[in-house]
Amino acid sequence: MKRRLFSYPYIVWMAIFILAPMLFIVYYAFWGGDGSFSLSYLRDALFARDIEGNLANLRSFGHSGIVAIETTGICLLLGYPIAYLLSRMKRSMAAFVSTLFVVPMWMNFLLRTYALRSIFLSLESATGIQILDTQAAVLIGMVYDFLPFMILPLYTILQKMDKSYMEAAQDLGANPAQTFTKVVLPLSVPGIVSGITMVFVPSVTAFAVSQLLGGRKTPPLIGDLIHRRFMSDPPMYGVGSALSLILMVFVLASMVLMRVFDKDSPNEKGGKLW
Amino acid sequence: MVKRRIFPVLRGLFLGAMLLFLYAPILMLIVYSFNDSKNLGTWQGFTLRWYADLFLDRTILRSLWVTVSIAGLSSVTATVLGTAGAIGIHSMRKRARGAIEGVSQLPMINPDLVTGISLMLLFVAVGLKDGYVRMLLAHITFNLPYVIFSVMPRLRRSSNLLYEAALDLGCTPAQALWRVIIPDIWPGILSGFILAFTLSLDDFVISLFVGKSVNNLSMYIFSSAKRGVNPAISTLLFVPVVTLLLIVNLRAIRKEREEEAQSRKVRRKR
Repeated sequence: MKRRLFSYPYIVWMAIFILAPMLFIVYYAFWGGDGSFSLSYLRDALFARDIEGNLANLRSFGHSGIVAIETTGICLLLGYPIAYLLSRMKRSMAAFVSTLFVVPMWMNFLLRTYALRSIFLSLESATGIQILDTQAAVLIGMVYDFLPFMILPLYTILQKMDKSYMEAAQDLGANPAQTFTKVVLPLSVPGIVSGITMVFVPSVTAFAVSQLLGGRKTPPLIGDLIHRRFMSDPPMYGVGSALSLILMVFVLASMVLMRVFDKDSPNEKGGKLW
Repeated sequence: MVKRRIFPVLRGLFLGAMLLFLYAPILMLIVYSFNDSKNLGTWQGFTLRWYADLFLDRTILRSLWVTVSIAGLSSVTATVLGTAGAIGIHSMRKRARGAIEGVSQLPMINPDLVTGISLMLLFVAVGLKDGYVRMLLAHITFNLPYVIFSVMPRLRRSSNLLYEAALDLGCTPAQALWRVIIPDIWPGILSGFILAFTLSLDDFVISLFVGKSVNNLSMYIFSSAKRGVNPAISTLLFVPVVTLLLIVNLRAIRKEREEEAQSRKVRRKR
């Protein structure tokens, strides 16, 4: 009995439900629904103008990029110290506290976003300061939703780090700041890289957060545009697919770029999440 | 010396503030799910009526059923298909294995938005209209890689010698597989299953694109957020997750302690 045979059902599944759908995106982006090749969908996806003549879609791409970079930056600035402090705690304590930080990852993120929305609403009725439907609300919402995804990989790598490296650095005369910048930080690069990818990808493609917290008053993100194209009646498969294709190429390219910084790329994501 | 005393305080304040940021919204929803008022800001006395409403609301019950049944069916299917797949892939030559692992990673690295749209286009093209079946197929698909990549490391760690020994001792290959390999990689299978189940429970983006008129809980919350969602849902979703995670983690901590104790014993014996 050949054990290889066991993988055939999976391989067939993969071909039908992973590879074929990707080809369908390409097909709809260039051939639309009617079967004749055209670059017009791609052109519309990139250079569509709104009523005032602005390049609305390009703006959304830019805006999404900025929001995602801001979110990732804030998550890194908050998440690194958290992960570092957790990795320095006593083991029994760290196990419990780090669990507390990771639990939100497993909670329905729509519900978490809704909870934040309720907080904003009640703060508004108590203080009169409007947070909901502002740019800040979207940013807070994204950090709130994705921060645990930054903490987990950072904590995993910092906790596994051999403490004798730091002791060696100190023995050789490095002060705490030098130990951190010359030893701890370089050794934690793989954790930083996977943290950044785990936050950047969902935030650059987000649309639920911006719709629940930003409303119609904040500029639409690229995810909003795509969502609207497909949910319109009738759905605009051509332009929607072209937008998704551009987004996918952009995300994959930025991930390849990130991998360059990370020599031994971890490919056991499933195991790492626990 | 002063620095030594201040540091733990600052550390506690910082970590505490961050935990407050992460938990306050959810905890507030839970507290107000016992509040006898429609708006969140004011407390008007204890009530269980939100919970009573929850079990009378057909839309919520229906979406709860969709969520749980899809999570159960898709994670079981993905676990069986994925474990078999991992065992098969493991016995392949390096190049074929690399290619398949590469494609398997696609749903994990691709944004959910793109995965959801690509599956929707496939379903549109082949004319599959049933939202429930669409959602089930989509969930199995995005669960599969997580099962594969949970089982693979276990397979790599397990020795082929055990399998061969079983054959030498008279097992048929099927028996050896069932009695030796599966028990050996069981922890990987289990964690793949739990991962798949929780991912499926939580999914929003992919379900939204493929589900059509069939709603899971995430889609329900999204569509009714502006009108206001029954706050009792927060308890419903929060409590099981926390319980499950505490159980898993406490077990891991206990195991770690046992291992530590054991290694200490071994060292002492030397």
